[in-house]
Amino acid sequence: MIFSFDLLINAVVSGILIGGFYAAVTSGVSLAFGILDIVNIAHPAFIILGSYVAYIVNATFGLDPILTAIVVMPLFYVLGAGIYQIYYVSFEKRGQESLRGLAFFFGLLFITEVSLVLYFGVDYRYVNAVYIGPTLHLGDVDMPLRILVPCLVSLLLIAALQLILTRTFIGRAIMAVAQDQLALRLMAIDPVRIKRIAFGMSIATASLAGAFLIIIQPVEPSVGREYIGRVFAICVLGGMGSLPGTVIAAMLIGIVESLTSTFYGPSWAPAVSFGFLLLTLAVRPAGLLGR
Amino acid sequence: MIVRTPAFLVICLVIAAVVFAASMAVGNDYVFFAGYVVLQYVVLATAWNILGGYCGYVNFGTAAFFALGAYSTVAIYKLIGDNELPHVIPIPILMLVGGAVSGVVGFGMGYLTLRLRGAFFSIATLALAVVLETLVVNWDYVGGSRGAYIIRPEEIAPIGNYIRYLFLIMMLLAVAAITIARLIERSRLGYGFATIRDDELAAEASGVPTLRLKLIATTISGALMGMAGAPFPYYIGFLQPDSTFGLDYAVNSIAMPLIGGTTSWVGPLIGTLLLGTLQQVATVTISSAVNLLLVGCLLVGFVIVAPNGIVGLVHTYLQRKPDDFVGRRRVDADAPGSVP
Repeated sequence: MIFSFDLLINAVVSGILIGGFYAAVTSGVSLAFGILDIVNIAHPAFIILGSYVAYIVNATFGLDPILTAIVVMPLFYVLGAGIYQIYYVSFEKRGQESLRGLAFFFGLLFITEVSLVLYFGVDYRYVNAVYIGPTLHLGDVDMPLRILVPCLVSLLLIAALQLILTRTFIGRAIMAVAQDQLALRLMAIDPVRIKRIAFGMSIATASLAGAFLIIIQPVEPSVGREYIGRVFAICVLGGMGSLPGTVIAAMLIGIVESLTSTFYGPSWAPAVSFGFLLLTLAVRPAGLLGR
Repeated sequence: MIVRTPAFLVICLVIAAVVFAASMAVGNDYVFFAGYVVLQYVVLATAWNILGGYCGYVNFGTAAFFALGAYSTVAIYKLIGDNELPHVIPIPILMLVGGAVSGVVGFGMGYLTLRLRGAFFSIATLALAVVLETLVVNWDYVGGSRGAYIIRPEEIAPIGNYIRYLFLIMMLLAVAAITIARLIERSRLGYGFATIRDDELAAEASGVPTLRLKLIATTISGALMGMAGAPFPYYIGFLQPDSTFGLDYAVNSIAMPLIGGTTSWVGPLIGTLLLGTLQQVATVTISSAVNLLLVGCLLVGFVIVAPNGIVGLVHTYLQRKPDDFVGRRRVDADAPGSVP
């Protein structure tokens, strides 16, 4: 194993770029799990769904995947709102969200994944766009545009989410619902409606994250499974529901994964985020920027 | 109708003997191959239910514990093979080793994460599965990502074909698992578990040693899953990390108790016999992808419509009062807002 500065700096940069993408993938979970306490373990499956939507539109109309994702975001929002409604009526209202709610999302994960397998098969799918292929060279550092573009758009997405959460009425209500539902009700705001909106937003981010995923790598239905642990690791490490924390944690995990796969081989990379997760849970469950 | 544990064990063994004799009478070895999988799920579902159903902690890492058992067997097999010893190790010994390894990991895992809220535990179990898979993939001694071959002996003395022997062993393990689950359910331990499930904070405040009880539950549950995994390499012949750590085990071992009913040992058994058999049929007649879809749909359907599973449905059916039928709408005791 030859240690070279070149390799190191490239690994760190690609880790940061991939981390930006991880942040987009995790932002939905930060909303649902971090703020609303809904353990949506099926989130990666919705991301894969987003990838396939981007793929279909790209393959039939040749539309840009990111543009497609933004256009179909409302559909994902409606899907998310619908799922929350089922979740609320079946579990939250009855106080059974812990055991059965988890099982519900686990079931959804399988239904989504197997339906995609049955419809599209297990072949890897990919999209075409102008920024897939060329690489930006800055001195010794290589930045493939196919990772750089998702990273930048992802940071925009998170900035937008953060603005919504801190500056708008709905956003503040979402933050409030996490703190005290009863108080919110006393202010004549329906907590269920606010949660439905927040969960819809959470699933809407999956559409964009899915487009990023299929830009970065070819996708087949079970790719999402790798992301289950990763997104929760990032969400917990970042401090449950803190979007800036999510970005920091995502980049941290991106860098460590990239260093591991550069210097020890890619087969060790999956263990990194999970090792991080176990460590965080054992040492500092509140995460980096915990509330 | 209270049946004491020894009597219960005898009844189970008699049923097991009858089932085994009936399978022998059929004479087709396919029955044993399919039956083995169903029995394996009886053990996994019962083991999952000890932690998931009794304590209310969802374990997504069934595959990890199962694979630990399977890979302990592979490691022992290689160890003995390297020393030029005969390749035949009694399976019960392998099961004890596999169970011990999984039990220890279950204990350590529980110690790390059980102080946290329920959902974190579930996510950590998922993480454990991936960490262990990565370790196994990178551990060349047990085959790494290429997988490992285990040569199954053709025959074994009194029973004949080796698959029948495996079937018998798994049947005995299933009986043991069910008896243990039933024993726990009716003991102080079981009541302790139930307090954790219902209200952990209140249990803690009343002096229930919650952490210790949860650790006992994870250890027993993990050990049983490991024991179920130990004979697996001999069954499958070729062990590969991808399939051994597959999420299929996790979803099945969650779906089966939830469909059957989680509060007693009967639930996982009913769920497994139903779903396991259905899956075997679906795999043969349709495809293995469809059978996972089936599990997913049934799981979601049951948790929404019948939260207490089949056992819960039967229970409500038996407890109806006669005047339910005299034109009055039944008041569901579980309905939100109703005061018991």
